[in-house]
Amino acid sequence: MATAATTHKHPNYMAIFWYLAILTVVELAVIFMPLGKFTIGALLCALALGKASLVAMYFMHLRFETRTLGLVAVTPLAIATLLVFLLLPDGFAVVHQTAEKKAAVSTEQPKH
Amino acid sequence: MSQAATVHSMVEPAETPLTPESWGKLGMWIFLAGDAVGFGTLLAAYGAMRATSGDWPNPYSVLGINLTAAMTFLLICSSVTMVKALEWLGNGDRARAKVYLFFTALGGAIFVSLQAYEWSHLIHRGLHINGNPWGAALFGTSFFIVTGFHGLHVTGGVIYLVAMIRYVTNRPQPAASYNAVEITGLYWHFVDLVWIMVFTFMYLL
Repeated sequence: MATAATTHKHPNYMAIFWYLAILTVVELAVIFMPLGKFTIGALLCALALGKASLVAMYFMHLRFETRTLGLVAVTPLAIATLLVFLLLPDGFAVVHQTAEKKAAVSTEQPKH
Repeated sequence: MSQAATVHSMVEPAETPLTPESWGKLGMWIFLAGDAVGFGTLLAAYGAMRATSGDWPNPYSVLGINLTAAMTFLLICSSVTMVKALEWLGNGDRARAKVYLFFTALGGAIFVSLQAYEWSHLIHRGLHINGNPWGAALFGTSFFIVTGFHGLHVTGGVIYLVAMIRYVTNRPQPAASYNAVEITGLYWHFVDLVWIMVFTFMYLL
């Protein structure tokens, strides 16, 4: 088993380290960019996913592993995606209600 | 019955294209998948609470990111020392592998110490698990639960790494401990991976 394991391809770990370090600096730079809140959020999510993929693929050797381990690793991602879609309607409902309340308050104000 | 038992004893362990190279590795991956769902649920709950709150404080201005950015860099460095430990073990150099395992554990210990410092600093400024001066009380609750859960993982990882140094010491053949060290590495990189997510969602966004 161990001899089989030692035949694993070793990627250039230092290159991965520099990619991760650079992506972290980019993340910090993105916060100060004169961009919209949504754009910054989307960029930060994309950068975090990119960094996480680098760690999983190269440090955790997922790129060189069998399909079984790949399937196990992808399962939580699928569940997390499902969870986001399960929670989104609640979030939208609350945001909608808050907006309605604010609108109601602003229309009532001139009467006073 | 006895015939069935005889046939059973002759059957080879089932091998399919999906059979993993190491059952221990598969076991760790399944554990990590479960753990990832745990962290995913915590972060999703954080997102839901934040989206539905009217007075959620701005995490960036309350928590600050200078220290945590350094902590992120430290954890990335410790992931590199972990892969280096495995690389040296693969090359048959147990002594160097142990040194790198020690550096990895040291990186984890420093990370937890910095987190303790950060927590005490924030508590001193008024961030408590049941309230804070900046807005929604759940901000503090979610912050301490998520970073605390991750900190516990790092603490567990440090103990695991120290145990692995002993494990490698007790096995004169480097190949005998390679698989176990690789499995330890999976856990450690996962902790790093989760921190990347926590850092982005709880500090930067």
